[in-house]
Amino acid sequence: MTMIFGVPLAVFMGQLMLGLINGAFYALLSLGLAVIFGLLKIINFAHGAQYMLGAFAALLGLQYLGINYWLALLLVPLVVGGLGMVIERTILRRIAHLDHLYGLLLTYGLALIFEGTLINFFGVSGASYPVPEALQGGLNLGFMFLPTYRGWVLVAALAVCLGTWFVIERTRLGAYLRAGTENPALMQAFGVNVPQLVTLTYGFGVALAAFAGVLAAPLYPVSPTMGSSLLIVVFAVVVIGGMGSILGAILTGLAMGLVEGLTKVYYPEAANTVIFLVMILVLMLRPAGLFGKEA
Amino acid sequence: MTATTQTLSPSMKRRRRARQRRGALYLALLAIGLVAPFVAYPVFLMKILCFALFACAFNLLLGYAGLLSFGHAAFLATGGYVTGYLLSSHPALTPETGILAGTLASLGLGLVFGALAIRRQGIYFAMVTLALAQMVFFFYIQAPFTGGEDGLHGVPRGQLFGLIDLSSNLAMYYFVFAVFVLGFALIQRTVHSPFGQVLKAIRENEPRAVSLGYNVDAYKLVAFVISAGLAGLAGSTKTVVFQLASLTDAHWHMSGEVILMTLLGGVGTLFGPLVGAGLVVSLQTQLAQSPLGNWVSVILGAIFVICVLSFRSGIVGEIQKIVRKNFK
Repeated sequence: MTMIFGVPLAVFMGQLMLGLINGAFYALLSLGLAVIFGLLKIINFAHGAQYMLGAFAALLGLQYLGINYWLALLLVPLVVGGLGMVIERTILRRIAHLDHLYGLLLTYGLALIFEGTLINFFGVSGASYPVPEALQGGLNLGFMFLPTYRGWVLVAALAVCLGTWFVIERTRLGAYLRAGTENPALMQAFGVNVPQLVTLTYGFGVALAAFAGVLAAPLYPVSPTMGSSLLIVVFAVVVIGGMGSILGAILTGLAMGLVEGLTKVYYPEAANTVIFLVMILVLMLRPAGLFGKEA
Repeated sequence: MTATTQTLSPSMKRRRRARQRRGALYLALLAIGLVAPFVAYPVFLMKILCFALFACAFNLLLGYAGLLSFGHAAFLATGGYVTGYLLSSHPALTPETGILAGTLASLGLGLVFGALAIRRQGIYFAMVTLALAQMVFFFYIQAPFTGGEDGLHGVPRGQLFGLIDLSSNLAMYYFVFAVFVLGFALIQRTVHSPFGQVLKAIRENEPRAVSLGYNVDAYKLVAFVISAGLAGLAGSTKTVVFQLASLTDAHWHMSGEVILMTLLGGVGTLFGPLVGAGLVVSLQTQLAQSPLGNWVSVILGAIFVICVLSFRSGIVGEIQKIVRKNFK
């Protein structure tokens, strides 16, 4: 059997694959955070809760309304993103003129409300969401066995990440967004409806989180606390990458997933702290983050 | 000439009156603190005092240096675990030695975290502290001396200085009260010292403080270390009072709770954290016994949202505004 540094190839590749899939979720979530931060300048602490809401919406939709996975993948981001837009319009807008730390505190409060409410109805133990029929089974890649659903998650997450990058960097709407990030007052003077752009941006960021939630539903137990611990890791990823660049957020997310997967192979005890250690290293060597622009 | 030097100018008179008023307030609060255990349940009061000290320590950082730490639970827990471990495994140790060791451990951790976190500003500072604290949380789950998910139980209260038996709640209360007064006095002195003035200058306008020649990073770091040490003191004392140390203290919800206490009471006011801690602890105790017990975190979240939306000065802050308007 082929060995890599004393570990069988299949095990090695399997962990790497798991890492890459975790990385895809880090990438999706940190991308959403970066998009929201770019225009609103707030850190959306409710991002983990919105990811969780996405997974729950898919689960409840299947149980009570018979909405299948594919429809959920389309509908849930729209619904949760819509909820995000309502939150932006009714609540976040009121504090937009204040120190941006208030945005962090406010969205933290919202996260507590979402999480606490769902814990009351569903408890903390997770429910499972069935893998859609078309994606059951697996592929034998010769050197490893890849469950089809995991492969699909990777492809879908990467496609959405790259699509987002394309929209922001290569289209007119994206150009507005980038201009709004640089100088919203001037944009408004040019006749662009900046408040509307802000609402849409927040809704889009939230929709990304919800999309990640639907993707995650068949993989991980769906529970009210599934988002919060993930979010803290994503914060570390964001600190590592810096929020200045869309592509940077995606790459950092994937890379951190791989680092985590590798650590699981060689030193499993440190697997859930390794990203924080990388963060410490980055803070010491390159305080602005790998792709950061600020001094 | 002689007349002007002997009579005080109106502004000096006003300042002297303000100082007298403040002195009277401190004395009154001290008296209340001394009588309180005969009126209310001492253990409940001790819980409030421990959290109040924790919140005061946090407020030193947010209210006076403008740094939002989302990882203060790490210091509370470190103090608690170190004290708990030492007192349980070395029965000969007196409680004050254990508390001192816990405080020093938090101080050390604060030095490391502070040095890392002050390399980034604003929102990033909050995220870095949160991530570092989460790392500490994972460490305490796995570390052999913390008892993992179970935590440490049955930590002996012991004899203070080897003389005073702390197993009586009344004796314990006066010790905790003394610790709180000491911590509060340290914060009060820090805030009103030239050092505190520089901190406020940094909070208001960091680039200007830099251009005036202040070593901003050093000031921030010292503030961070003092705050971490006092948070550790609060955690150590809490462990001795309740005779246990658990993961709850290390969880990031605890970092959120201390923010809420400070925000509700009044960020950047001396008494705000005390008021906020009293309210939040009372609320949690009341809710735990009521049918709404499961909704605690939802209610705390709602208070968070309301505070940020329309009550940003907090209770003490609002009272100060009213006093300033009406009693000039």
